[in-house]
Amino acid sequence: MSSVRSSRGPWLALAGPAALVALWAALASLGLFPESLFPTPLAVARGLGAELSNFRLVNDAIASLFRVTAGFLLAAGLGVPAGLLLGHSARAREALLPLVNFFRSLSPLAWIPFAILWLGIGDAPAIFLIFMAAFFPVVLSTTAAVASIPSVYFRVARDVGIEGAALLREVTLPAIAPQVITALRVTAGLSWLVVVAAEMIAGRDGLGFAIWDARNGLRTDLLVAAMVVIGLIGVALDRLLVRLTRIPSVRWGYDR
Amino acid sequence: MSLPPTEALLRFDRVSHSFGAVEVLSELSLAVQPGEFVALVGPSGCGKTTLLNLGSGWIEPTSGRVDRPAGVRMVFQQDGLFPWLTVWDNVRLGLRHLADEAGRIRQAGVLLELIGLTAFRAHYPHQLSGGMRQRVELARALGGGTDLLLMDEPFSSVDYLTRLKLRAELARLLREQPRTVVLVTHDIEEAAQLADRVLVLSERPARIRDEVHLKVPRPRDATHPDVVAAVHRILTELGLEGDAEPPAAASRGPEIDR
Ligand SMILES: Nc1ncnc2c1ncn2[C@@H]1O[C@H](COP(=O)(O)OP(=O)(O)OP(=O)(O)O)[C@@H](O)[C@H]1O
Ligand SMILES: [Mg+2]
Repeated sequence: MSSVRSSRGPWLALAGPAALVALWAALASLGLFPESLFPTPLAVARGLGAELSNFRLVNDAIASLFRVTAGFLLAAGLGVPAGLLLGHSARAREALLPLVNFFRSLSPLAWIPFAILWLGIGDAPAIFLIFMAAFFPVVLSTTAAVASIPSVYFRVARDVGIEGAALLREVTLPAIAPQVITALRVTAGLSWLVVVAAEMIAGRDGLGFAIWDARNGLRTDLLVAAMVVIGLIGVALDRLLVRLTRIPSVRWGYDR
Repeated sequence: MSLPPTEALLRFDRVSHSFGAVEVLSELSLAVQPGEFVALVGPSGCGKTTLLNLGSGWIEPTSGRVDRPAGVRMVFQQDGLFPWLTVWDNVRLGLRHLADEAGRIRQAGVLLELIGLTAFRAHYPHQLSGGMRQRVELARALGGGTDLLLMDEPFSSVDYLTRLKLRAELARLLREQPRTVVLVTHDIEEAAQLADRVLVLSERPARIRDEVHLKVPRPRDATHPDVVAAVHRILTELGLEGDAEPPAAASRGPEIDR
């Protein structure tokens, strides 16, 4: 799961994108579609520059990032404690796991109608949908992580006199940290997917709305510009979260 | 049969234990004296680990009485170290009971020195070899200062040569920091080399079939005649060696529960 870093510097990593742009330009020059349906790289670059300099894309990105952050933090903040509870109590697992599994299997997009009916348009429905997408996977992963902590850790803790709240802080949390971090990485990616869909339907701004808006105006150059920004931010988010896996006290969960 | 009252550090008094319908221990009595090193050997599944778990208080017996001292430390077969802590912090974990930080740091330094891993203090367990990890486990357990150490096959996850080294290391550590030890092992030579008394257990439900006393002072070589004789006797008792010519006899202790 570690990042692939080439010793030859960043040049090799740019080869793929460069090849893709070249292929794209070549296809565009064939003229299979009118330019309004298949924009050239140059048109997209111009559109991107314009949308960035008039701050529309910047504001859209900020709006989307805010929603993802809010929904994701809410899901993590409630999901990890819920998972701790479920992981510790076999009864709670028996009672609630089927429910959690049901909602996890339900596409969060199925909530879009209710999100709009209940919460209208704007930040709230998007945050709600992100929460619905991220909460259940976080709960499940945390539950599984807690339930699979080797009992030997608790025996050692008892021998050396770790008890009560210290048990949570000094044994349970560090023991599940690697698995929870992996789960958070996956769900952050999921949240970023969901926010675009949410904003396409229930937004007045945001990158998803930018896509929808460009489509309605048949500005495919701006459409692709928004796609580029969405993809780049998604990669950046994962780069950011992958840093968590480099913390020395969680490396054991990834190295063996 | 109950034992005469003594100043035993760990005492099992007619202890029986069952898991559901499986009777693992039946009316077992056993007393471990302060400073004594007792080894338990016996067929797999006969109840040795259960016996240690009763001794540490991790489980309570179905019937009978276990008297144990307040602080007991267990050394596990493997992976008992906290992987999220460095060697240094794992050793310090064993010193939590010490009130002052300065004392903890000093003691941790002493223990690391003792196991010869000072240079690895900043390493995490997954960066160590199996033998090194077991040494850290020993250091952590010794940090307790508690009199009773329970060890469940502590060296069975390492190769033979490492095991021989760790045996010698344990004998040396115990000379420097004397403890009362109950050691469960499948390695009969290990039992005979390290222990003052080897208890040979029967098939489940475990009873003490035989008790072999080794009078030679510890530490001793694996090839010491008394050790060899004890090994022969234990193997015979377990039905793994013919009753041919026993070498120089190991002194036979009082038989109990037979
Ligand atoms: N938690 C448990 N629940 C049910 N049965 C158990 C449990 N722990 C042990 N047993 C049973 O008790 C018996 C003795 O187990 P124990 O682990 O004490 O054996 P052992 O002598 O340590 O074996 P080994 O040498 O293989 O480690 C076994 O038959 C085992 O199946
Ligand atoms: Mg065992």
